[in-house]
Amino acid sequence: MNKKNKMEALTGGHAVGRALSQIDPDVMAVYPITPQTPIVEYFAKKKANGEVDTEIIPVESEHSAMSACIGASACGARTVTASSSQGIMYMMEVLPIAAAMRLPIVMAVANRAISGPINIHADHSDAMAMREHGWIQIFSENVQEAYDNTILAFKVAEKAMLPLTVNMDGFITSHSVENLEMINSSIIKKFVGKYDPKQTLFDFSRPKTFGPLALQNSYFEFRKEIFGSMEGVRDIFVQATADFEKISGRKYGSIERYKAINAKKMIIAMGSVCGTIKEALNSIHDEREKTGLIKVRLFRPFPYKEIKEAVKGVEEIIVLDRNLAFGTRQVLAGEVEAAIGRPVTSIVYGLGGREVFEKQIVDVIRGRHNNQFLM
Amino acid sequence: MKINSKQKFSSGHMACAGCPIGIIARTVLGATDEQIIVSGATGCLEVTSTVYPNTNWNVPYIHSAFGNAAATISGVEAAYKAIGKKKKIGRVRLVVFAGDGGTYDIGLQALSGALERGHDFLFVCYDNGAYMNTGNQRSGATPLGADTETTPFGDRSLGKNISRKNIMEIVAGHNIPYAATANVGFLNDFQIKAKKAFEIKGPKFLLVFSPCVNQWKYPPDQTINIAKLATETNFWPLYEIEKGKYKINYLPQKRIKVEDFYKTQGRFKHLFNNENKKEIFGDIQSIIDEEMIKLKKKEECS
Repeated sequence: MNKKNKMEALTGGHAVGRALSQIDPDVMAVYPITPQTPIVEYFAKKKANGEVDTEIIPVESEHSAMSACIGASACGARTVTASSSQGIMYMMEVLPIAAAMRLPIVMAVANRAISGPINIHADHSDAMAMREHGWIQIFSENVQEAYDNTILAFKVAEKAMLPLTVNMDGFITSHSVENLEMINSSIIKKFVGKYDPKQTLFDFSRPKTFGPLALQNSYFEFRKEIFGSMEGVRDIFVQATADFEKISGRKYGSIERYKAINAKKMIIAMGSVCGTIKEALNSIHDEREKTGLIKVRLFRPFPYKEIKEAVKGVEEIIVLDRNLAFGTRQVLAGEVEAAIGRPVTSIVYGLGGREVFEKQIVDVIRGRHNNQFLM
Repeated sequence: MKINSKQKFSSGHMACAGCPIGIIARTVLGATDEQIIVSGATGCLEVTSTVYPNTNWNVPYIHSAFGNAAATISGVEAAYKAIGKKKKIGRVRLVVFAGDGGTYDIGLQALSGALERGHDFLFVCYDNGAYMNTGNQRSGATPLGADTETTPFGDRSLGKNISRKNIMEIVAGHNIPYAATANVGFLNDFQIKAKKAFEIKGPKFLLVFSPCVNQWKYPPDQTINIAKLATETNFWPLYEIEKGKYKINYLPQKRIKVEDFYKTQGRFKHLFNNENKKEIFGDIQSIIDEEMIKLKKKEECS
């Protein structure tokens, strides 16, 4: 670890804003929505103070935010945005287009419940709604991870030529002040490198048509290309996290295993609840419990192999989802089942920011909670 | 390097026989010798000119969705400001092409946002008065009385029962430096306006009359005649709004009834077969007359 790196107390929103300002991207197109706003407010202040050169487009909607990002990124500009909840639902039409044009736009997301009823608090429904559209999705447990993942994001997205979201739980992470270790800006700039794609709208000698009409004879091939590239992200992610460890001393995988060696019972979850689960596991202090945690960090592409490996010998698996899918298996539970080929216990928790206490997690671990809903 | 307009938008596009959108694209692209980037909205022009692996665009072109062409060009402009100098690409002109659906309706919010933010671009709407790419459904630009698939005439219907939006006034409300109507039937006027638009900094808007052979239901060799008649009957007055000042560019020599324009197209045929034909055209004529009086007053007052 670099001893010179200083600690700071920041909210998740400000930490992501700081990471973005240290990277100083070319273009940011953004529309306000709670709980994402601290990110862009922080960034706008940096711009106002002349600390970043980024062109900010204060668009009139999220649909236009993502559309402007597409236009900018297609020119070869390093492009970012941020959103939450309804904002993501509103830009949904253009999200798959960004992926199909192979534009590595980075979007910071403060995850929030989707309407209705309207609710502004932590929930993964927004991320789940965009999970099949060619966006790489990374989840953050805390402020440090939100900061680190934002830096990691550019390296992964630009190598994969796919857009990427860095997710953190709305309010719980986006608005909570935590201590985190900062990385020096020049080190970050060197780490992310220059973005210089070959095919751009700025090539006037060999003009390109972006976003053509692809019919029965070519659409399938275009989609298959995205599929193949997304599969390739797993290796890119491993390399990028290894490189990141060198500059930060922090080792990240696509999953994190906590007290998971020789565990007989395993909880699998994403986001800030993992902190609560770790506390619960620490508080039990009983070797006989033999319970562990798998935290999913890389959600798209899904780390099937790593999870299958990590639950070998585990007798009981409990998967916590922070979103409620209607008329089907819960998303994370279904993914884990697909990975390991056997059923898991699926529990839905924390919808619309509903608090989850350590005691409730202990109840889940000790089998005292026999309900699909942890309310 | 001077590139002529034919090279910028090549032949071989798939638009219907008699459709003027190729003329519109070439007229606009030919009005500047500088580098151009085009953002296209989903619609007739886009689907007939970008069928993979072919393209008619010999300038950089981007299409992403239906309602977001103006937002997309906003991003291009920001990228140009951010990295244009670094990449040494020289001066670039930004153009949006959208149909009336992509302008009056689904594209209105993105258009309004881009106009308000003041991006330096030219928005060109080719207005054929309905969703022609999807087979003639009514739009906010569809004129009164038109028979469309979603406003069909019948025993209890005379086709579309309300007037089209005044998109020029909506655009003018953003206080942009230049907005003008144009018509493929008045090519010289159209060329002058496109050239002028490229000389002005900030957001510019061109609303171009674009007859539709298939859905207006007329023979393909009549496109220009019908386009001319639209302006001669004051159905499509040619005017411009420059820094808030209105100027009517063409006043018909003699008064021709709007009925004569309606008569040329199958989409209005049911009106002529109606027993109240006289009253119907009396009403339509008075709306057209009133609009023209208002326009003349705006010219006088501004």
